[in-house]
Amino acid sequence: MQIGRRKNLKRAGATVAAALAAGLVRPRDVRAAWNKDAFGQKTLADALKSLNAATAADSKDILIDAPQIAENGAVVPVEITSNLPATKSIVVLIEKNPFPLAAKFDFLEGAVPFVKVNVKVGESSNVRVLAEAGGKYYVALKEVKVTIGGCGG
Amino acid sequence: MSFARWIPAGLLAGACLAATAQDARKEIEKYQQMIADSSPVELFELEGEALWKKRQGAKNVSLEGCDLGLGAGALKGAYAQLPRYFSDADRVMDLETRLLHCMTTLQGRSREEATKRVFGNEDRLSEMEYLSAYIAAQSRGVPMAPGTSHPREKAAFELGRKTYFYRGGAWDFSCASCHGEAGKRIRMQELPQLFKPEYARPVVATWPAYRVSNSQFKTMQWRINNCFQQMRYPEPGYASDITVALAMFLTATGAGEPYRGPGTKR
Amino acid sequence: MADPMKIRAGLKGDVADVRVLMNHPMETGQRKDSSGNLIPVHFIQEITVKLNGKSVIEAQVSQAVSRNPVFSFRVKGAKAGDRLEISWLDNKGDRNSTETALA
Repeated sequence: MQIGRRKNLKRAGATVAAALAAGLVRPRDVRAAWNKDAFGQKTLADALKSLNAATAADSKDILIDAPQIAENGAVVPVEITSNLPATKSIVVLIEKNPFPLAAKFDFLEGAVPFVKVNVKVGESSNVRVLAEAGGKYYVALKEVKVTIGGCGG
Repeated sequence: MSFARWIPAGLLAGACLAATAQDARKEIEKYQQMIADSSPVELFELEGEALWKKRQGAKNVSLEGCDLGLGAGALKGAYAQLPRYFSDADRVMDLETRLLHCMTTLQGRSREEATKRVFGNEDRLSEMEYLSAYIAAQSRGVPMAPGTSHPREKAAFELGRKTYFYRGGAWDFSCASCHGEAGKRIRMQELPQLFKPEYARPVVATWPAYRVSNSQFKTMQWRINNCFQQMRYPEPGYASDITVALAMFLTATGAGEPYRGPGTKR
Repeated sequence: MADPMKIRAGLKGDVADVRVLMNHPMETGQRKDSSGNLIPVHFIQEITVKLNGKSVIEAQVSQAVSRNPVFSFRVKGAKAGDRLEISWLDNKGDRNSTETALA
């Protein structure tokens, strides 16, 4: 690491530390940066490993509403509800996409563990939904078949 | 271990196949309903409203003085009563044709400038597309009721009907070549027989539409233009008599259907 | 630069049903333009939903979310007059934010 950069990092760290100490910035406000590592993984196994969710247990309390057949993979609506108590987050992976991790929703106090999102599904694939509750990950799957319609117009 | 995988397709009973086709249709309907609920069309309507109110052209006026058939500036239900005959232009006009008329006569814009970019893309819709989204949205819930009593309206309907079944072009196609028989589809898309009211109704009630396959917002003028291209016909003139006639034929065949608002399609 | 978001929020008791429409290309970096060149990645990475200034939902999304994203969320403990703010940040550092009062 170049000396100049290290100095800058130290300075930035010192500023945050000072702000924290002064009570100006609560730890919660320092939001985690976009998870480049997890979003950059190219296989499902690697994405799950990056999230520490490789051993998630099946759960029927994760409800996934998505069409079994999508007329087009560019927009596939997925609606997720987690009935697991104290669900902290919901993660959406499209297993066969070039980068399987699609989205992660953190629910802070005051949010209901529910989300509807439109995702791109490159080819017929499972939509894998993880829910984090009580410090553990749980999982449910829904298969979406992608078709092509029309004359290309 | 699933044995089903080892059964060749040909051994599946005919009944099985029919059931599968029905299930497929139901699931596709579910897809269509789910995407209809999550469409960005409202954003286009907002932009269309701004363009409707924007002063433009040599006369530096907005389109708010444009009469779409219910009086100057009256938009509620206006889309649902088009196409119709306009005496001031002595023509049957659909929405885009009428907008073009207002752009040139009211705003003093040249036809060339106003039609320079009538079909947009995923990054930016055309002015006509934004306006169509905004104006069509004002007819939500209103039954489609194009003009049918004026002799010129009847003539437009007849021309549209004739054209629908008229074979020509490099492939000797007509609209009916694809949209003529029951139970036909192209890949997974069903081809409705648009000359029958039961099939025309849901179609005319959902155009213009956002198409998720290319993220573009398209109007009926575009749809007709693209069909011509698909049939290997020469490109029809924008807002030409033949395009209006076809729009008239389809809309009148689907008349009575409450307009659902700009749609979302594959 | 970016068009405004559209928020539609309905209150059912103390739960706000929120639907937000965003205008964004969400480019995957795999599409080609008419000249055959790859269009660079350009997508929303972070989304925040705040109720009366307090974050209730923090999302991280990728280019796998569809163009012109539409999301639905539910926020509880909400009442008429509460301020709902939704903001996003994309990979180019562009931001957008819209606020609405719950009715």
